Amino acid sequence: MATDYRKITMDGLWDNNPALVQLLGLCPLLAVTGSVVNAIGLGIASTLVLLGSNLTVSAFRKFVPDSVRLPIFVMIIASFVTAIELVMKAFTYELYLILGIFIPLIVTNCAIMGRADAFACKNPVKESLLDGLMMGVGFTAVLVVLGAMREVLGSGTLFSDMNLLFGSIADGWKITLVEDYTGFLFAILPPGAFVGMGFLIALKNIIDSRMEARRAESAPDQGAPRERVRVTG
Amino acid sequence: MALIRTSSPHLHKASSTADVMRMVTLATLPGLAAMTFFFGWGTLINVIFACLLAVGFEAAIIRLRKRPLGFYLKDYSAVVTALLLALAIPPFAPWWITFVGVFVAIVIAKHLYGGLGQNPFNPAMVAYALLLISFPVQMTSWTAPFVLINGGESWNVLGFLDTLSIIFTSIEPVWLDNYTGATPLDAMRHRGGLTTEEVWSTVPVLAEGIGAWHAVSAAYLMGGVFLIYRKIITVHTPAAVLGSLAVISTVFYMVDPYGFADPFFHLTVGGTMLGAFFIATDPVTSATSNRGKIYFGIGIGVLIYVIRSWGGYPDAVAFAVLLMNLSAPFIDQYTQPRTYGHAKPKRGLKGDA
Repeated sequence: MATDYRKITMDGLWDNNPALVQLLGLCPLLAVTGSVVNAIGLGIASTLVLLGSNLTVSAFRKFVPDSVRLPIFVMIIASFVTAIELVMKAFTYELYLILGIFIPLIVTNCAIMGRADAFACKNPVKESLLDGLMMGVGFTAVLVVLGAMREVLGSGTLFSDMNLLFGSIADGWKITLVEDYTGFLFAILPPGAFVGMGFLIALKNIIDSRMEARRAESAPDQGAPRERVRVTG
Repeated sequence: MALIRTSSPHLHKASSTADVMRMVTLATLPGLAAMTFFFGWGTLINVIFACLLAVGFEAAIIRLRKRPLGFYLKDYSAVVTALLLALAIPPFAPWWITFVGVFVAIVIAKHLYGGLGQNPFNPAMVAYALLLISFPVQMTSWTAPFVLINGGESWNVLGFLDTLSIIFTSIEPVWLDNYTGATPLDAMRHRGGLTTEEVWSTVPVLAEGIGAWHAVSAAYLMGGVFLIYRKIITVHTPAAVLGSLAVISTVFYMVDPYGFADPFFHLTVGGTMLGAFFIATDPVTSATSNRGKIYFGIGIGVLIYVIRSWGGYPDAVAFAVLLMNLSAPFIDQYTQPRTYGHAKPKRGLKGDA
């Protein structure tokens, strides 16, 4: 069977998006998306862990006994998370402090464990890498959109504090949308994350059903009502 | 002339949702009048503005949901929600507070859950809780009753046009401080080490202005009694709310009269009366059976006291009502009335006596 790279890509980004469809990894998703920079930080960290864990799990898949596969996956994921944590501590220390406990908690992100168990341990290295990348990018995209929504609503700015992640180049990236914004605390608090997430899932469902309708329209004949033929006189 | 002869009951028609909602609106009028009398034009302006917004949002979302516009707008439920919300927020709250509140109440708390009859939480209280959490500064600065302003000789509330400009422009004149102050509950909560007696004698809003809150509560009580008299609500929920609040506050007041406020204070300030008669009795979000309503009301009364005395916010009606809304289905499950001639339903674990 030829590998369908296109399908893997679409699955990760849209059809089987870990955040919007599988609803995995909701804890970090809801907890840290108060601003875009937090979202990108955690998204990149999760993607790197996902890439590493998918690569390793896939490479060793023939040596891992089925009965103890989950502890082994956890060990692999935990090693990568530790590595990422140290990297963030070294290069983006302030962001590391903001994200706090949620970086070590990437270990328990079900999206990563889920991909290791559902995909990487059954597929070759190349496909697993692509899957990890696309799932990670899909996850990050949702984090960033949610982070942007909550930052705009909650504090009236966009891309503030990006220098925590990208260094001094990003000093001027902050866009203040509303001057003297009072701040909408609800959007930054966890309930705002739940409501925002609900709106994102609803939006995806609307887009999906529109596309479905368009596909049905353009498909020749298949859905068209058949004419009844009168056979008796 | 043909007379139509029918047997009893002689009711013309079942009371419709619109009738009920109109009656509730009517019953809030004494409260609204008292608020306007003691705190100035702010509440009246907020109520009108909120009702207009509510009808607008309701119409927009009904259009979006492809439902018949006239039928749903005519049931007045959006107006009642907006009315209750506007009565709860501070009279000088800027316009965007009302805007955000009504949007959340109508669009998120009501229609996203499926519209009237499907909402698990009281929309007005969802909006109020959200506003209180999001904008604590604007939501806790209350208007001072007129008896505290300039010696209180005459009815010197802030003028109508000045109130309009404070609500609809963001300009805050320096003299505005003369017209604002903490609520009694706020003063009682943030007492700074004083005993209850000392708070009563030193804080002006308690020493001289408390009558305004008593009067507003009395007005809501009147409206509530009217609703009970017209059989719009039953006596169970308000009686349970007020009764349990009175009992628990009496107990604590007797144990430690220096640390806790007296029961009369708890019953007559803040949102107690509005909550007990107008908000806890919402037929959609409260318990259904009479026995259920009593448990529901007791829960609200106890929670009001607990949150007021030990919680982070001075008033607690919104949080108490929302928490009990959440448990209403559970209460309903265990308080189903027995139909005549049927055995008592078995609930709970098997083997129970």
